[in-house]
Amino acid sequence: MAIMIQQLLFLAVLGITSFFVARKAREIYRNIRLGKPDDRTHEPGKRLQNMLLLAFGQKKMFQNLTPALLHLCVYVAFIITQIELIEILVDGAFGLHRFFYPYLGGLYTFIISFIEILSVLAFVATIAFLSRRNLLKLPRFTMKELAGWPMLDANLILIGEIILIIGIFSMNTADMTLHNGAYGFAVSRWLMPLFAGFSDATLHLIERFGWWLHILTVFGFLVYLPYSKHLHIMLAFPNSYFADLTSPSGKMTNMPRITQEINLMLNPQAAADAPPAAENERFGAKDVQDLSWKSLLDAYSCTECGRCTAACPANQTGKKLSPRKIMMDTRDRLEEVGRNLDAHGNDYTDGKSLLHDYISSEELRACTTCNACVQECPVSINPLNIILELRRFLILEEANSPDEWNKMFNNVEHSGAVWQLPADKRLTWIQEVENG
Amino acid sequence: MSEPIQVPVMAELIARGEKPDILFWVGCAGSFDQRAQRITKAFARILHHTGTKFAVLGMEETCTGDPARRAGNEFLFQMQALTNIQTLNMYEVTKIVTTCPHCFNTLKNEYPELGGNYEVIHHTQLLQQLINEGRIKLKEGGTFKGKRITYHDSCYLGRANQIYEAPRKVLELLDAELVEMKRCRTKGLCCGAGGAQMFKEDEPGRIHVNMERTEDVLQSNANVVAAACPFCNTMLTDGVKYHDKQDEIHVLDIAELIAQAADLEG
Repeated sequence: MAIMIQQLLFLAVLGITSFFVARKAREIYRNIRLGKPDDRTHEPGKRLQNMLLLAFGQKKMFQNLTPALLHLCVYVAFIITQIELIEILVDGAFGLHRFFYPYLGGLYTFIISFIEILSVLAFVATIAFLSRRNLLKLPRFTMKELAGWPMLDANLILIGEIILIIGIFSMNTADMTLHNGAYGFAVSRWLMPLFAGFSDATLHLIERFGWWLHILTVFGFLVYLPYSKHLHIMLAFPNSYFADLTSPSGKMTNMPRITQEINLMLNPQAAADAPPAAENERFGAKDVQDLSWKSLLDAYSCTECGRCTAACPANQTGKKLSPRKIMMDTRDRLEEVGRNLDAHGNDYTDGKSLLHDYISSEELRACTTCNACVQECPVSINPLNIILELRRFLILEEANSPDEWNKMFNNVEHSGAVWQLPADKRLTWIQEVENG
Repeated sequence: MSEPIQVPVMAELIARGEKPDILFWVGCAGSFDQRAQRITKAFARILHHTGTKFAVLGMEETCTGDPARRAGNEFLFQMQALTNIQTLNMYEVTKIVTTCPHCFNTLKNEYPELGGNYEVIHHTQLLQQLINEGRIKLKEGGTFKGKRITYHDSCYLGRANQIYEAPRKVLELLDAELVEMKRCRTKGLCCGAGGAQMFKEDEPGRIHVNMERTEDVLQSNANVVAAACPFCNTMLTDGVKYHDKQDEIHVLDIAELIAQAADLEG
């Protein structure tokens, strides 16, 4: 009876979790597709290689060894624990207990022992992460943009991780004690003295408590994930797959519509033959829909680690710009646009935009386009693309430019040089060098 | 004073029925800025003495449009690009060398989409090539012997185009002690000039980027900062002056260092 109730309860929780996860996944997919088309399917072999190296192999994380090793512990534990999760799903759905044990025997003991050892490492890493964030207060974890929800989000995930590990060990240790250590698990055998003298009923209760704690944390995690910065554990893979093949790169995206405008200006006759420009199409980006879908995927893939901001020359010298904030703002605004869509339909505008309401022109103008943020990102996010698209809107649509830039534009336009100097001065150095 | 040399201008060369092997794209800084003109002259002397058949566009060269594009003015950028591409294609230019990483990046990566396809190299790459071919010989004794030289990575050579080795290989030839700053190569700190920052005041902040970078220079205890970009050069020169170290630390372009150390007679 108790088994059947648990079985039904499990299937109910599984169903509810799947419903929420599927709904949120559809919403995120829909939101990302609000971005502009941007073909990133060519050279699949190279893309696959990027994904394997950067997302699966965490290549860029290893530029900084300590956090890389800590992160690796949690990451490998997470991946390997999925094997155990399969058993939990089977056991839960069919009311069984350690379904694979009779079939695998020694191999089973080995796999679970491996998971246990990794869980210990993940536990140590999680404690280290919590300390780095809350006690050591590493600069990149204590910046203004992380105040409030982002900081809480980070800590919730880490605490969830610890609860998960407690679940695993209370389950395994109680089970081991019940069976006099017959399973032979590598870590929980040393924890058995903790439960010595407990009655079988109590041990059974602890085992069930651990099992449910584990699986409920996993389900909770799945539902929570799409709202969290932690979504990177999924999106790091597509994000590095669809990343620029040369990254970082000094090449800016081209704007063929500007070329078209210039050609029309130089050759008005062609105006009649040219296809009409799409209405309301903006030059540059004012809001999230004006960005490439890849920039929107970037925003959802960001785990707010702040390596970009720590490397940013503007940020390091006290300017307002923070590439991480650019990514967080883009995601926040995209979520807001998505909520508006759900609540009010396609034609609604809330009068707000990514530019100005979230990201100020002062932030944008502090960027030196040095590509340090792009270089640093472990999951191939490109904050610079967003900055440059917003800058384009400022100039091309709002004529919003510092006076000094207007002067520079004027000089380039009228004398073909960034300074106001006549073309014949380009010969001065030649005359000097020819005269010795 | 150095020995007089000839700098062929494209239009005149073509009029004489000749064609250069390589076009030297000088850039606005290299043409007009007094400090950067010295880099241009040093590089022109090297080209001359190595027997490289080169030419410049002279009055027909105009801004590549890099600062306009990065500021957000795509319209002005494309106007410049299309004009320059017209000139370059008219002269059937196939190979370009430039002393400016910003011109380099734009010509190499951004002109192809607008119809300008050329082999574009940075002057540090050409210097490396000339050295490898044995066409640059250094003076006896080593002009920079006993000096400590550090190389400042330009963002538009390094991260933007993955050129980290060529400038260093050239410097290795100088018989000086090469030291790295704590932030170098992929982690090199920007000088603060890129993205059209050169042409406006900094946004409000704690310190200018070039001063922050100069602190890395001071920590390296170098006597010479080797730059490979005229804008980095200006920024670092100002930074060194700000720290009042202009008598101890010299900011020099790699072309200037080679021109000083090389035997350019004959």
